[in-house]
Amino acid sequence: MKPIQAAGVRALNTIGAFGQAGLFLIQVMLHRPKSLSGAMGLLMKQIYSVGVLSLVIILVSGLFIGMVLGLQGYTILAKFGSEQAVGQLLALTLLRELGPVVTALLFAGRACSALTAEIGLMKATEQLSSLEMMGVDPYRRIIAPRFIAGLICLPILCVIFSAVGILGGEFVAVTWLQIHGGSFWSLMQQSVYFSTDVVNGIIKAFCFAIATTWIAVFQGYQCEPTSEGIGKATTRTVVLGSLSILALDFILTAAMIGDF
Amino acid sequence: MKSKQLELMVGLFVVLGFAALAYLAIQVSGLSGASSKDVYQIQARFDDIGGLTERAKVSIAGVTVGEVDSIVLDKELYMALVTFNIYSDVQNIPTDSSFAILTNGLLGEKYVGVSIGAEEEYLEQGGEIYDTQSALVLENLISQFLFESTQGD
Amino acid sequence: MSNNFVDIQNMSFYRGDRAIYKNISLQIPKGKITAVMGPSGTGKTTLLRLIGGQLMPDGGKILLDQQNVPDLSRSQLYEARKKIGMLFQSGALFTDISVFDNVAFPLREHTDFSEAIIRDIVLMKLQSVGLRGAAALMPAELSGGMARRAALARAIALDPQLVMFDEPFAGQDPISMGVVVELIQRLNQSVGMTSVLVSHDVEESLSIADYAYILSGGAVVAQGTPEEIRHSEDKRVKQFLGGLPDGPVPFHFDANDYQLDMNMSKERG
Repeated sequence: MKPIQAAGVRALNTIGAFGQAGLFLIQVMLHRPKSLSGAMGLLMKQIYSVGVLSLVIILVSGLFIGMVLGLQGYTILAKFGSEQAVGQLLALTLLRELGPVVTALLFAGRACSALTAEIGLMKATEQLSSLEMMGVDPYRRIIAPRFIAGLICLPILCVIFSAVGILGGEFVAVTWLQIHGGSFWSLMQQSVYFSTDVVNGIIKAFCFAIATTWIAVFQGYQCEPTSEGIGKATTRTVVLGSLSILALDFILTAAMIGDF
Repeated sequence: MKSKQLELMVGLFVVLGFAALAYLAIQVSGLSGASSKDVYQIQARFDDIGGLTERAKVSIAGVTVGEVDSIVLDKELYMALVTFNIYSDVQNIPTDSSFAILTNGLLGEKYVGVSIGAEEEYLEQGGEIYDTQSALVLENLISQFLFESTQGD
Repeated sequence: MSNNFVDIQNMSFYRGDRAIYKNISLQIPKGKITAVMGPSGTGKTTLLRLIGGQLMPDGGKILLDQQNVPDLSRSQLYEARKKIGMLFQSGALFTDISVFDNVAFPLREHTDFSEAIIRDIVLMKLQSVGLRGAAALMPAELSGGMARRAALARAIALDPQLVMFDEPFAGQDPISMGVVVELIQRLNQSVGMTSVLVSHDVEESLSIADYAYILSGGAVVAQGTPEEIRHSEDKRVKQFLGGLPDGPVPFHFDANDYQLDMNMSKERG
């Protein structure tokens, strides 16, 4: 009887956590900034630490993933004598899948974990409490700018990642392996549609941004204010964030292929 | 000073994002998807469309002049009713032209090739092509070949 | 009009099954310095959080300037908190901005003052805690005692009606302790600020307080002016003031019988 009871308690707790997280999100989103310029300043700072500081890892990994795709695609396609199609392969893989997913995974590891740790430490050092006692709502001052910065940054990073990846792939395929540049680009342009492939990738990135940043700020705000609690919350952010990205990716891909 | 620098970095970040987006739009996708080109629609019925899909190209002499808009089943005739979007600047397709579903290379995508007819009247919005040629289905081809070779004995 | 800025009536608060407060009543008179003392673990900090509305009591009323804190909506609560300044035990300075910006923070959030005025006010407050020279430093560069004084400057930046001090004397050397004591008194006399002082430093607290409460075991065991407290005949008060380990106030956290625990481990061994 005991294990069943424990499973039931766990299930109830999980559902409860979803409810808490949902209410949390609603409360964060309902908070209107007090002054637009002040809110912009806060947002700028967060875009800097969430987005600009993630740029290097995105650029480097985008470049290498693009180059690897170019190389792998070339060796496989060359067997069928259609190595010109490597551009098509490169662009579609990056725009539809690898761009949004890998960017979001890196983002969860690089930026979201930092968000959780930062908010958790603020809680542990009573900074959140002191904000509350000063009559300043931490949702508005701390949580909302970070959440919105995440929503803005991830799609931008995703677009940059895909662009750099395609450049890297072009370098390998055209400059290094001597594929004819004209057919590389024209085959790519024939098969890539802006309104579906590029835009769908950005939509995916935006959905991933909602999920990962939401998890990150919620875990930070709810964490136990001890060093162990912050460590656990940070781990949970990365694990839950990554899993939700992959699960969401399947759902979104299914939905998007549905209306092809 | 410090906040100016911050704003500058964020600004560069956003500009970089837009540059990447423009690159994806122009260089990678050739902005082919949301072609806001003016089109007119014509229809044709095929016995078998093979693997023809929506947005497949329509070409005359290898030049793209339009694309497939929709494919539905004509329930009365049990044929595929295909609607094409033809670019408005291609006005002079004779009404007796023939539309054939062809394949780009051995494994390539299906597209629709137009053989120009001799009629002096041209297709307009809502017009229909009656001379159509279905896709070649490999299995049918093989069975036909086998059938003929056994007959020859 | 009542003379009490904070009026706690029959309030109870539980943490799990453990009662932190049972039916406690406590008044903090306007314009006076009130000290709340007691051994550690009696929930003195909890009391301040209850007054500030960060924790909700399980029963009773907490009237803050005539408003019952548990009844306030979220936005009303944030409005009410503007009347309060609080000095946290750890200081709780924002670690990502300088000392100057920390003190300027409540001013920038709650007023429309120009930067020039804010600068003047901040330097004035920092001067009063002896940290004007440290304005440009980051909180990580301050010692614990200095951080606490910087936090004090921040707590009084808006000249709040009520300031709650959580252990203001802990970690201060004798000189800065004297400065803090004097500062609290001066604020109290010059602008009539109401102060609540939570501390276990008996001497300093009694030296500046107008009225004092001694808490133990979730209840008020003694109250009165410092003189009355000093001359109290209550055993618990005497034990607390004298710092004696043995007496009616238990030094140990609730536990099984010591002898029993030890014997059990022997048996296992």
